[in-house]
Amino acid sequence: MLLIPCPWCGPREDDEFTFGGEADIPRPADPDALTDEQWADYLFMRDNRRGHHREQWCHTAGCRRWFVVERDTVTNEILGASTYGDSQ
Amino acid sequence: MQFYSLPSLIRRGLRGHRDWTPAWRKAEPKPSYDVVIVGAGGHGLATAYYLAKLHGVTNVAVLERGWLGGGNIGRNTAIVRSNYLWDASAHIYEFSLKLWEGLSQELNYNVMFSQRGLLNIAHSEQEMRDLARRVGANQLNGIDAELLSTDQISKLVPVLNTSPHTRYPVLGGTLQRRGGVARHDAVAWGYARAADALGVDIVENCEVTGIRTASGRVTSLETTRGEIRAGTVGLVVAGNASVLASMAGIRLPIQSHPLQALVTEPLKPVFDPVVMSSAVHVYIHQTDRGELVLGAGIDAPVSYDLNGNFRIIEHVLAAVCELFPIFSRVRMLRQWAGTVDVCPDASPIISGTPIKGLFMNCGWGTGGFKATPGSGWVFAHTLAHQEPHPLNEPFSLDRFTTGALIDEHGAAAVAH
Repeated sequence: MLLIPCPWCGPREDDEFTFGGEADIPRPADPDALTDEQWADYLFMRDNRRGHHREQWCHTAGCRRWFVVERDTVTNEILGASTYGDSQ
Repeated sequence: MQFYSLPSLIRRGLRGHRDWTPAWRKAEPKPSYDVVIVGAGGHGLATAYYLAKLHGVTNVAVLERGWLGGGNIGRNTAIVRSNYLWDASAHIYEFSLKLWEGLSQELNYNVMFSQRGLLNIAHSEQEMRDLARRVGANQLNGIDAELLSTDQISKLVPVLNTSPHTRYPVLGGTLQRRGGVARHDAVAWGYARAADALGVDIVENCEVTGIRTASGRVTSLETTRGEIRAGTVGLVVAGNASVLASMAGIRLPIQSHPLQALVTEPLKPVFDPVVMSSAVHVYIHQTDRGELVLGAGIDAPVSYDLNGNFRIIEHVLAAVCELFPIFSRVRMLRQWAGTVDVCPDASPIISGTPIKGLFMNCGWGTGGFKATPGSGWVFAHTLAHQEPHPLNEPFSLDRFTTGALIDEHGAAAVAH
């Protein structure tokens, strides 16, 4: 079980949250200009890092807000959490 | 290779079992090979075996970071079936199932393949319609599949709670009689022994740390036991596929998750087939030793940890107690997890890459075990001819660019 540090509600058990995959994948600014390769990269390709990983979580059963968690994918150690405003 | 047979067992038994030799050599890595396969799991060892056996390529090494068979080949729930929906999947899994049917004889190694039948149960009208569609698709592809009523299921598995008054009543199901289970460790050991006998070097404790290329071609691998040159490299590393691919600058559409399984104390035989329910996320069978083997869905977050979340265990046990009230007081002996490499369309990637000579066999996700023989067979063909066999052509990496995905979520995503 993970203890997820929601930036608004504090640390809570992971069953209150929904995992939202890798962070930092921006929506294409000009979708019409994308090639098939760029679409594939946006939709499907992931870094899937072993170790330090930036990822999105939603506090579904709490404040219902999305935020970014940094976690080690081997040890599951939580290295920090931030709101989108903080991280960009 | 010592041939295993009843006379050889008696002969050596009379001599006190003193002259058995190891089933395979502990090979030292040579500086160069024609083909290097990374990952001594089921798929990697099967690839090496079929390369040597069918294509005459014997200057082959299989490199393994840890120990042979220590990854997902030893961590799955050992289920074998071929009842997939789409033609591409049906063809490769059915081809694999046919190889399973002769595998113990082929390898002279008892993989204990037991075709005890495989039952998928449904708990909603929509699930029944989906299963009926899949049975139709299976029959058109020559795969044995039957639609069963609740009464028929009740006769087949009397300990299954088929009362209409449960939270998720069993409305019916499908049966693949040729499906079943095999002893997963024996599959790795059998392929290792047979490949070794044909001259393949199996090198354990040899981690690949880098992939060297020159003008778009793979040239060698950096490993913890020195540099190994090879013109053709096959990466068959399951959960670590993205890590290895990134060494060659390749991104994959794969996310790695823990998939957990559990085993109970042994009981007297109570039911024959494998029972799977996608709706309540559980699959269960009883081994020859009497233990119940249970599996569930993946942990949601991307992770390479080999423990898994306890919540998944609570979920799977709740489902088991609902379906099989008779098991409610059975004690669990062990729990473990493997790292599974999940593709967005729940289908594998058996393909070349933008780097010439570098091939991938990955993305089997939660259900690669059943495909072990067929996967090795087609990947050996792909490495030997530097192009895919018709059976694995649809499973290319560029399907994520062309959009020709093979959506097997219904047949694959939960139930294994």
